[in-house]
Amino acid sequence: MAGAVTTLSESTFDETIASDGAPVLVDFWAEWCGPCKMIAPILEEIADEQGDKLRIAKLNVDEAGDIARRFEVMSIPTLILFKDGEPVAKVIGAKPKQALLDDIAGYL
Amino acid sequence: MSEFHDVIIIGSGPAGLTAAIYTARASLSPLVLEGEPSSTSDQPGGQLMLTTEVENFPGFPEGIMGPELMSNFRAQAARFGANIQTVKASRVDLSARPFGVWVGSPDTPEPTHQTNAIIVATGAQALMLGLDRETELVGHGISTCATCDGFFFRDQEIAVVGGGDSALEEAQFLSRFASKVTVVHRRSELRASKIMQDRAFNNPKIEFLWDSHVTSYLGEGSLAGVTVENVHSGESSELPVTGLFIAIGHQPNTSLFADQLEMKDNGYLVTQPGGTATNVPGVFAVGDVQDEVYRQAITAAGSGCAGALEAERWLESLHDAS
Repeated sequence: MAGAVTTLSESTFDETIASDGAPVLVDFWAEWCGPCKMIAPILEEIADEQGDKLRIAKLNVDEAGDIARRFEVMSIPTLILFKDGEPVAKVIGAKPKQALLDDIAGYL
Repeated sequence: MSEFHDVIIIGSGPAGLTAAIYTARASLSPLVLEGEPSSTSDQPGGQLMLTTEVENFPGFPEGIMGPELMSNFRAQAARFGANIQTVKASRVDLSARPFGVWVGSPDTPEPTHQTNAIIVATGAQALMLGLDRETELVGHGISTCATCDGFFFRDQEIAVVGGGDSALEEAQFLSRFASKVTVVHRRSELRASKIMQDRAFNNPKIEFLWDSHVTSYLGEGSLAGVTVENVHSGESSELPVTGLFIAIGHQPNTSLFADQLEMKDNGYLVTQPGGTATNVPGVFAVGDVQDEVYRQAITAAGSGCAGALEAERWLESLHDAS
């Protein structure tokens, strides 16, 4: 499913981040968060450009508060990059596209 | 090769986008450099992107969410042909016309864009306390955006620093989630409007710590409390809070114009009384970047309209002269 942003839920989260293959960048977001809306189109662009190298997924913290707490998310948007099920990088707050890419580049 | 535009608008809050609507409808095809995403109130859509309910913008009797209001402003500007680009201006040259505006690297010899009229609408951003470890604790208990982060402090004790309307709005909003909100204010009375004060005083979850200021942050990795000092007695005490929201005022986003536009000591741009003209003919300043008094979405929008009309007249006068 290259080029698309996957919507995660409490029940699909663990399975998705643990599965083999490309790292997964998870966007912790909510409907009421202005900066989350600013970065949503950027994540879609990145999903398009990165193709199979990086999977992009989003998790609504209103619906999955327990998972947000598990990864100590205290501010949104927060992006967490998972590799083989383990969090390897965390980006807090909205940023321009290039800055986001720079923050995760070392882990891809 | 630089691209030429009739008018360039820098910034995209209520002031910038109102200027965009008016100049677009005047067939000036404005270029709007709306800024880049961030969570510090220097972003596309401006400060309202970090707020919740806006109750005082006329035309919305039930109120409207800040981000939704700004997305409406943007759609309206786009509908009339404004060219809105999600980039930041990195340098301007106002020394001669056409003016130069750079996007991306400020070091290229040629500007990215050229124009005979610039409307500056870069707004203002929230001030921080500037204490040790502040930057590393942002997102780990220290917040610049109550809307974004309030949700994560459910049933926890938190504090808001400040005594104006925005501090009390944040306290009110945060009391929906937190078990207790302490407002830390350096004076013994509030600057906030009467209606906000009444709401806060009647809210059982909101308490006030008067004559006090925060002097340090406690906790490793994430915030566990703050040290608070009484400004009269000098006595220090610890306030065990897991969240701290800072609402102590704003600073104008004017570093781009240093040494080129006249500004006050506090950085606000100087405009001619009753108008939007700066000291450089053809450069107009609108909204919070030149307003340290009212700082409302509606006054910003009004000044954006004025700036657009003045820019339009300015361009006509250039045309008549040539």
